[in-house]
Amino acid sequence: MSERIIVDPITRIEGHLRIEAELDDAGVIRDAWSSITLWRGFEQILKGRDPRDAPLMVQRFCGVCTYSHYEASILACEDAFGVKPPANARLMRNLIKAAQYITDHVMHFYHLHGLDWVDIVSALSADPNKAVELARAYHPNPYNCSASHYKAVQQRLTTFVESGRLGPFANAYWGNPSFKLSPEANLVITSHYLDALGVSKTGAQMMALFGGKNPHPQSLVVGGITSVMDALDAHRVGEYLFRLKELKNFIDTAYIPDVLIAAAAYKDEGLAGTGAGVKNYLCYGGFPLDDDWNQTLLPRGVVKGGDIAHPLELDEERITEDVTHAWYQGADNLHPFVGRTEPEYTGFGADGFVKGDEKYTWCKAPSYDGLPYEVGPLARFIVAYAQGDARIKPLVDDTLKATGLPATVLFSTLGRTAARALETKLVADYAGTWVNELIANIKAGDTRTWTRCDVPRSGRGRGMDEVPRGALGHWINIENHAIANYQAIVPSTWNCAPRDAAGKRGPYEESLIGTKLANVEQPLEILRTIHSFDPCMACAVHIIQPATGQMHTFKVA
Amino acid sequence: MAKNNEIEFRRTVETQYRQIMDQCAAHLDRMEEELPKARVDFKAELGRRGVSRRDFLKWTSVMTAALMLPPVFKPLVARAAENFSRLPVVWLHFAECTGCSEAFLRTSYPNVDDILLDTISLEYHETLMAAAGHQAEANLEQALHDFAGKFVCVIEGAIPMGLNGRYLTLGAQGKTGLQVAKEVTSKAAATICIGSCSSFGNVQAAHPNPTDAQGVGEALGIRTVNIAGCPPSPQNFVGTVLHFLMFGGLPALDSLGRPVWAYGKRIHDYCERRPHYDAGEFVEEWGDEGAKKGWCLYKMGCKGPYTYSNCAKVRFNDGMSWPIMAGHGCMGCTEPGFWDTMAPLEKPIGEKLVGGSRVGARVDSVGAALTAAAVVGVAAHAGLTAAKGQGQPKGPAADEEGQG
Repeated sequence: MSERIIVDPITRIEGHLRIEAELDDAGVIRDAWSSITLWRGFEQILKGRDPRDAPLMVQRFCGVCTYSHYEASILACEDAFGVKPPANARLMRNLIKAAQYITDHVMHFYHLHGLDWVDIVSALSADPNKAVELARAYHPNPYNCSASHYKAVQQRLTTFVESGRLGPFANAYWGNPSFKLSPEANLVITSHYLDALGVSKTGAQMMALFGGKNPHPQSLVVGGITSVMDALDAHRVGEYLFRLKELKNFIDTAYIPDVLIAAAAYKDEGLAGTGAGVKNYLCYGGFPLDDDWNQTLLPRGVVKGGDIAHPLELDEERITEDVTHAWYQGADNLHPFVGRTEPEYTGFGADGFVKGDEKYTWCKAPSYDGLPYEVGPLARFIVAYAQGDARIKPLVDDTLKATGLPATVLFSTLGRTAARALETKLVADYAGTWVNELIANIKAGDTRTWTRCDVPRSGRGRGMDEVPRGALGHWINIENHAIANYQAIVPSTWNCAPRDAAGKRGPYEESLIGTKLANVEQPLEILRTIHSFDPCMACAVHIIQPATGQMHTFKVA
Repeated sequence: MAKNNEIEFRRTVETQYRQIMDQCAAHLDRMEEELPKARVDFKAELGRRGVSRRDFLKWTSVMTAALMLPPVFKPLVARAAENFSRLPVVWLHFAECTGCSEAFLRTSYPNVDDILLDTISLEYHETLMAAAGHQAEANLEQALHDFAGKFVCVIEGAIPMGLNGRYLTLGAQGKTGLQVAKEVTSKAAATICIGSCSSFGNVQAAHPNPTDAQGVGEALGIRTVNIAGCPPSPQNFVGTVLHFLMFGGLPALDSLGRPVWAYGKRIHDYCERRPHYDAGEFVEEWGDEGAKKGWCLYKMGCKGPYTYSNCAKVRFNDGMSWPIMAGHGCMGCTEPGFWDTMAPLEKPIGEKLVGGSRVGARVDSVGAALTAAAVVGVAAHAGLTAAKGQGQPKGPAADEEGQG
């Protein structure tokens, strides 16, 4: 007899997500459905506005991704306006974005994902001296590491537990057999969980230095950037570098070692391919290294069916969105430039479950060449690895060598989490180069931060970008100097996609198949895999353009 | 005679302050009795984070002044801070982007606001809590049961009213956001709306508002404190909670539910670029010489003259910056309906597209009457017309007008 379970709300993510899974007698997941339960309807809101207002507006898709949509929308407008920002603007955007990547990834690993790997209660029984030994086995000078500090962390946790008010830590899955770290490993990572709160604040300050604030920076404009005073101020640039150094130190001495500690404990799941999913990977390229985006730090390309021997070129025309199982009318499968969608909410079944055979989510199903694709750090690293990228391939090879694991371990929940950590290191190590280029430019007398441009009477453009959670595309159509149509396919839409017309599951759904739950009452394994994608639901349900442009009265089934 | 009057006056004031302080102390006594023990020893926490007693007293002075209280209230502000983590908080997310939670998590350090936010007793917060699914829902029910009438409900996000609220469902039973909001706020001691979404609807409520999203106060017909902004400064939230702890009630609010102590003045009033406005020195296009010199952004669409907030004073991310410092105008995010009334965001209001969606009907000048109607809450301010001259404004209009 099979059993269907619902996990709603999925916490420690942005937004509102529901996962339903069907288990067999042994507690193994045989089928799964992911459903987004909020729709905000940006598409009607954008229509008719000044295109230059779109970037600030679409930034509000999400306060976690904040800068990501801002930049992608600016890129779409620049494509439509036919304008190229000056080098200084490109470099400063990269610097803001580096802050976004580092902050996002660190916060994700420790605060959103960490508790799927780490049992905080177990940390209480750790021997602080042994914890120091463990940390030193992974780095000669680990972050904030001493027996007295670890003891103090334990003391803090004990006070917390004894007060009887666990607050956000209440009622979690502590003690679940699927937690595999030793008490000492739990203590080391928990200690960094607390340190990371401060670290993500430092990253936010870096974004604010050139962006005005975090979240929701406000310094990008179509054609360039406005924070010219900050670029010309050596003190401000120094403030950025100082903070970058602090973050690099945390990444090298805490984040990377902690992921390696987790990899050692959870390698069996990794080798078994738990959480692998659709094994199709897609990326658009991000962090331009020149003004024409000929070279990017993060790759552009496709790997299909896990075949890393044959990476493919990306053809943007093959991107479509299917609505067969989403709460929109019809069963279209269209390119975003011509996409159309009218909401048709049909709710849940009388039994309280999603209607898996019909429509069951506000998320559309994007596809590339008719197949579901995963996007994100893992997709970028697999594509770069397959392409033999000069920076990323050695980073992956060295890590595999250090852990003694084969490359196939990448195709798993663990691989997804490890790729995100390595990517954080890649970006943090490279960001200093952009600071140096910016300083060199200004020294040479180039202080340009904006290229003059105006809204065209009509035109269309696309902004294809890589953001922390994956490949992000924005498409804009302009008519009579105003927005006629705006579409975005965001990373979480790719990953959270429902089934397509052919019934093929989306990446979240597919990644859960075959996973065994140690305790059905505590679906920890589901959370671990879903969180490894770093879901961001406010992003995933976004802009959809109704063909008629009219307001509709919705009939509720 | 005059001297007697003076003495009499001082006596009255002192008596009044004494009364208020007594009430306040009695409230804190009651709270210390009724609410559970503080989960975190605040003094130890200050020490652990390297905040000295002296730093703490400094912070107390600043916060007391910010809350528009006389210096004699400093010990009470300190006591409220020490009790901050006793206050149970239920934090709900509706139609929103989680940016306010992010802002809340990323306040500066090492300062007292930061420690207060780290030690706050979040009984339920979807982004942060370890539990999920029905265990998470059980936490919420437990908090509503244990702290009925005592907890503060913080709401992030607007409430979609369309489809009978079903644009947003929460939990396995598929309750709508509207149902959850009603249930939780009805049991709360106070409801604080953090951010412009829960305050006024914000981006999802922008024209044509497809999901009929509304601010919480409007949707439920209840009185809320509105910490407006997209996102707001976390300090404005901390101050409001402290006020609640001290007085057991809400601070003075303006007609839009915003605490006067934080939203009583316009961006324009405290703006560091204000002298350039007065001198008629404006940025004419992005990246020009004026931009490099930090001139006024009015002509680049800055809505500082129509926007009530203390951004210029508190800034963001540990005082690191704020939009005007970064060379971009204010877009008016603490005002209701700003996406429509302040659009286009990078042009002065006079150049807006009339009606938002009626494309092409661009007008060069909009009469004062239309502007007044469009810009809610700032009708009394004549800054716009003045600035359309040669940057030589007439005398400032009364700031407190229209502010409750």
